[in-house]
Amino acid sequence: MMQPTNSSRRILLPVKIWFIAFTLMLAFFLNLIPFGRLPGIPDWVALVLTFWCVHQPLKVSMGVAFVLGVLMDVADASILGQHALAYVLLAFAAGGLSRRILWFPLLQQALHILPLLLGAQVVMLAARMISGGEFPGLAWFLGSFVAVALWYPLTYLLLLPQFQPEERDHTRPI
Amino acid sequence: MSVVGHSPPPFFKRGPAPLARLFFFASLSIGLLVADLRFHTLEWARSAAATALLPAQRIASIPVDAVSDLAGYFGGMAKLKAENDALRRDKLAQAGELLRQQQLEQENLHLRALLDMRARQPAKGRLADIVYAARDPFSRRVIIDKGSQAGIEDGQAVIDELGVVGQVTRTYPLTAEVTLLTDKDQAIPVQVQRNGLRAILAGAGASALKLRFLAPNTDVKVGDILVTSGLDAVYLPGLPVAKVIKINRDNSFSFAQISCEPLAGVERHGQVLVLGRRITPPLPPERAAESKVPAKGKKARRTKP
Repeated sequence: MMQPTNSSRRILLPVKIWFIAFTLMLAFFLNLIPFGRLPGIPDWVALVLTFWCVHQPLKVSMGVAFVLGVLMDVADASILGQHALAYVLLAFAAGGLSRRILWFPLLQQALHILPLLLGAQVVMLAARMISGGEFPGLAWFLGSFVAVALWYPLTYLLLLPQFQPEERDHTRPI
Repeated sequence: MSVVGHSPPPFFKRGPAPLARLFFFASLSIGLLVADLRFHTLEWARSAAATALLPAQRIASIPVDAVSDLAGYFGGMAKLKAENDALRRDKLAQAGELLRQQQLEQENLHLRALLDMRARQPAKGRLADIVYAARDPFSRRVIIDKGSQAGIEDGQAVIDELGVVGQVTRTYPLTAEVTLLTDKDQAIPVQVQRNGLRAILAGAGASALKLRFLAPNTDVKVGDILVTSGLDAVYLPGLPVAKVIKINRDNSFSFAQISCEPLAGVERHGQVLVLGRRITPPLPPERAAESKVPAKGKKARRTKP
């Protein structure tokens, strides 16, 4: 199911819960890849979480965000609660804005996502600077811009299972 | 949050309002933050989760390892040969000292025995590989492939062939976290090799270190080598740590601004040696008596006539 947008009236199949779980786990796995301090590596979990919070606010929201955040904290060897707080706020904002965001075409959707992801990074930065961390440099914020650039392909990729008709029938109108 | 949905939500089972849920989860996260930062109470949970995540972590580091292996492969024979030659040269150059070290250590032992001093603890260590650098951009840490099952403990010093790399700050059953010298919160007591001046060296991020709390007119020169002073009972004395690269003796600051760079390959990856824990020397007698008083309390004093 997809909410009505001005650009696409295409009716989608209902989303499968296991597919959401699979994509979130895949994103978590991608986040585990140790790139070190290479700038411009997007936070995959934040991106995919935002996607599902925007598209399925009833199925994915703050509870999922919290669990993923705690997992990320452990995996990152950072302070427990840092990612959790940022992701919970991100999920709240994405869920609240979902009806507005989906009204726009994809490129403008991406422009809406950018401040959300940057905001999550600022929350993490604040949490760590208060506890005496080191400023990671402005290049760290590059990750959000890369993530936003991926919004367009990601939408097609993650909605792909919902585009498939249940049974191929050439006489069907849609 | 009402959405024109495929399956409309049931009327009376919507759960709490988004704002209430936000408040709940946000306060839970802030509680976690405080519990972890202030009281360090959640180490057991972190340890369990980290061990459970280890296989996934190992698989995830395969692509990065493969890329570096591939680069090494194409770097090829010429580089390997040059490295081999350099190593052989170094070995020869150091052979004189190394061959005599055994004898020198014996001699040192005898001299110390003559002077009635405590013998220096021999340095023993455990080899470990750096698996990957922690992804956290706010600190400088690496993960090594030996944990508490291999006898690694919190607080042990980690060195490589050139000098001190850092300190073990967190141990899991199979891995351990090493905080590098360049981490902002990491401090190490050092002395200047040339004149024995003692000071504290603190990390400043991005392979930089700062020598703190020294007056502008201190006798420190560019190029001085800093070695561990061993005052902290963590690091063995005499391990090379850093080299002074820049000094700013501006009188407008109360202390001299002394920048150093680490001698060891602190932010390169490779093998490291985790040194065994130093046996802390006993307190001097008067201090030991002081520390005993509050423990025993008034009862002990009363028994004495």
